[in-house]
Amino acid sequence: MKRATETTEEIPIDSLTVVQMGGVYIEPSVGWTSLRLRELWKYRELLYFLTWRDVKVRYKQTALGAAWAIIQPFLTMVVFSFFFGRLAGMDSEGIPYPIFNYAALLPWTYFSQSLTTASNSLVGSAHLITKVYFPRLVIPVSGVLSGLVDFIIAFFVLIGMMLFYHIKPGWGVLMLPLFLLLALVTALGVGLWLSALNVQYRDVRYVIPFLTQVWLFATPVVYSSSLLEQPWLTLYGLNPMVGVVEGFRWALLSTDPPKGMIFISLLVSMAILFSGAYYFRRIERGFADVI
Amino acid sequence: MNNRAIYVDRISKQYRIGHGKSAQYTTLRDQVSGVIQRYARHVWRIGRENDGESLSSQEEHIWAVRDISFEVMRGEVVGIIGPNGAGKSTLLKILTRITEPTQGRVAIFGKVGSLLEVGTGFHKELTGRENVYLNGAILGMKKVEINRKFEEIVSFSEFEKFIDTPMKYYSSGMQVRLAFSVAAHMEPDILLIDEVLAVGDAAFQRKCLNKMEEVGNEGRTVIFVSHHMPSIVRLCERTILLGQGQIVRDGPTHQVVGEYLHKALGTTPTRNWKDPQNAPSSDIVRLRSMAIKNSFGQVVDTVDIREMVAVELGYEVMRPGYVLYPGFTIHNEEEIWLFASLETNPEWLRKPRPVGYFVSTGWIPGNFLAEGTMFVGASIRTEDPQRLHFYEREAASFQVIENPGGLSARIDHPGQFPGVVRPLLQWETTYYSPGQTPP
Repeated sequence: MKRATETTEEIPIDSLTVVQMGGVYIEPSVGWTSLRLRELWKYRELLYFLTWRDVKVRYKQTALGAAWAIIQPFLTMVVFSFFFGRLAGMDSEGIPYPIFNYAALLPWTYFSQSLTTASNSLVGSAHLITKVYFPRLVIPVSGVLSGLVDFIIAFFVLIGMMLFYHIKPGWGVLMLPLFLLLALVTALGVGLWLSALNVQYRDVRYVIPFLTQVWLFATPVVYSSSLLEQPWLTLYGLNPMVGVVEGFRWALLSTDPPKGMIFISLLVSMAILFSGAYYFRRIERGFADVI
Repeated sequence: MNNRAIYVDRISKQYRIGHGKSAQYTTLRDQVSGVIQRYARHVWRIGRENDGESLSSQEEHIWAVRDISFEVMRGEVVGIIGPNGAGKSTLLKILTRITEPTQGRVAIFGKVGSLLEVGTGFHKELTGRENVYLNGAILGMKKVEINRKFEEIVSFSEFEKFIDTPMKYYSSGMQVRLAFSVAAHMEPDILLIDEVLAVGDAAFQRKCLNKMEEVGNEGRTVIFVSHHMPSIVRLCERTILLGQGQIVRDGPTHQVVGEYLHKALGTTPTRNWKDPQNAPSSDIVRLRSMAIKNSFGQVVDTVDIREMVAVELGYEVMRPGYVLYPGFTIHNEEEIWLFASLETNPEWLRKPRPVGYFVSTGWIPGNFLAEGTMFVGASIRTEDPQRLHFYEREAASFQVIENPGGLSARIDHPGQFPGVVRPLLQWETTYYSPGQTPP
C-alpha cells in the first residue's frame, strides 16, 4: 500500500491534462455547456440495453401483449371513421376514410406515445439517476426509440388495409423513413424539454395528456389539411406533425405532396431538438439533487 | 508516472432545502396543495421583499460537504465513515459524477466503477440473464465484456438453475446475490462503493468481502463508504472520518474507527440506566449499570493488552427465590463472538437470590484479547424457568491496544498480526549445536 505522503511527481491538475491522461475531471459547470455527444456515443450500448428493456417490459404483464400496439391505433381509427368519416362526412381527398385516417394515426400514435414516454422517462428513472452516472440524454432518447417497435407492428395493419383497399403506394414511399425521422426528432425535442421540466415541476405530467390532445386536433389526422385556407396554412407549417402526416399520406396514398412549408416544419423541429438538448444539459447537473 | 488515483481539492456541496426535495408530487392532491403552497410562499416572499428582505435569505441552504480535500494513491483502499448526515454519500455522489460539486474540483485518474447500490436498474419482469446484461451495461460494462464473464458471474452467484427465471420470482436475497456478482466482476481501476454489503446472508457477505479484498490486492484503488465497521477494518488500511461535511480524521483505520465508535456512536466503557423504565429488564431482574474497569478499579476505555480487564454488572433483583445466571459476551468489530461467560462465584452459584442490588465482576485475563474494539453484551438467565431475562448486546465497549516493544504476543512486530485472540503462550525451545544430532 502506498501512502499519500510518498513523493509524487507533481502534475498539473487541470481539465485538459487530466482528460488527456484518460482521467475524469470534475468541477462545477457554469451556464450553457456542450452536448457532449462523443460521450453519448460511448454509452451507445447502454442506450441499446435501455431501449431493449423498455420494449421487452412494455407488454410483459398485459394479457394481450404486443397486440396492444395494433389494437390502439386500429380501434382509434374505427371510432374516428364512424364519427368523423360516417357521421360528420369529413372530406378525405377521395380516399376511403378509414385508410386516410389510419395512415395519419400511424405516425401520430408513434409521436404522441414517444412524446409521453420521453417526457416521463427521467422521473421514471429516478432510481438510476441517483445511483449511477451516465449521460442522462440516454434516457429520453431510449424512450423515443423503443416506440419504433410498436410503430413497425402497427405498420403491418396498414399494409393489410392497403391490400384491402387496393391502394398501391407510389415512389414516394421511399421517403417514408424521412417523415418518420421528422416525427422522431419532434417527439424527442419536445420530450427533452418536458422531461427536464418534469424533474423540477411535476405539473408537467398533467400537462402532457392535454398537450397531445390539442396537438392531435392541430394536426390533420381526422381531417384533410385541404380544409384550411390562408393565413392558417402558414401558421400550420409551424407544426412539424403537419408535414409528417401529409408526408405519410402522400407517400402511401398518393395524395397531394407536402408543400414548401415542410421545410419550415423541418426547421422548427430541429430548433426544438437543439434547444431542448441544450436546455436538458443545462438542467441535467441538478437532476440527481432534485429528482 | 503519476501515482495519484484520486485528487480532491476543496470540494463543497450546497443543497437548498425546502425547495428541491419538496417538489416531489405523487398525487393530484399533493400537486394542487403544492401549487397553492408555492403560490402562497411566492406571495409571502414578495411581501417580505417589500419589507426590504432579500429573496435569497428566505431559502435555507445547507452544506452537505464543506471544503474537503484529500488524495488517494494508486492501490490504496480507503474507508469513509461517519454518522448519518456527515456527507459520506454526498462525497461519493460527487466522486461518481452523479451530482456536481458547488465548489472545488476533483481529478480521477483511471476507469471508474461505482457501486452505490446493488442491482441498479434490475427489472422484475426480466429474467436473471437479461438483468445481468442490463445491470452490467448500466454499470458501464461492454456487451463483449459481459459475454466473456457471464459464466463466471452466474457461478459466483450460485444461481445457475434460475438464471432464465423472471426476477420477480427471486427472493430479495437472491436478487442481491446476483446483483453483487455482476458488480464484483466489473474491472475498473478505481472502485467506489457505498454500503452495499448491508444486505444478504452472512456466508455470502463473507464471499463478497473476500472478492473485494481480492480487488484491493490486485492493485485497484478502492473507496469504501460504510457503516459496517468490521468490513471497514477488514478492507481498509486508511480511513477518513467525516462529520458535518468535513474531515474529522484521516489516518490508519484502527485509530480512526476507534475514535468514531467512542465519540460518534456513543458506546462507552460505562453505562447507567437511571430510569428503570428504559433499563433492560424482566419482572424478576433489571440491569442498572455496566462498567469496564482496570485492575485499579478505574473506569477505562482503553486497556493495554497485557492488563486484565474487569466487566462489572450492576443489577437489581425484584422478586426473590430465583437462581440467576448473570453473564456477559464479547464480540469484536468484525462481529466475531469471542466468548461468553457466566458468573461462577461460589457464594451465589446455583443459589436462589433475595431481593436487592447486586454487583458482579468478571475478570478477563491480560494477554488474551487481541487488539481492537471489544463490545460487551450483558445478560441474565434463569434455568428454572428457562428464560433469558434480558440481553443488551452492545452495553459497553472498550479498546485493547498493543504497542510493540513490551512482552505481549506480537513482541516487536509493528505490522498486522492475525487472530481474534492473542494469548501469550509458553514456549519451549531446545538448542542443538552443529555437532549434535536432533532427536
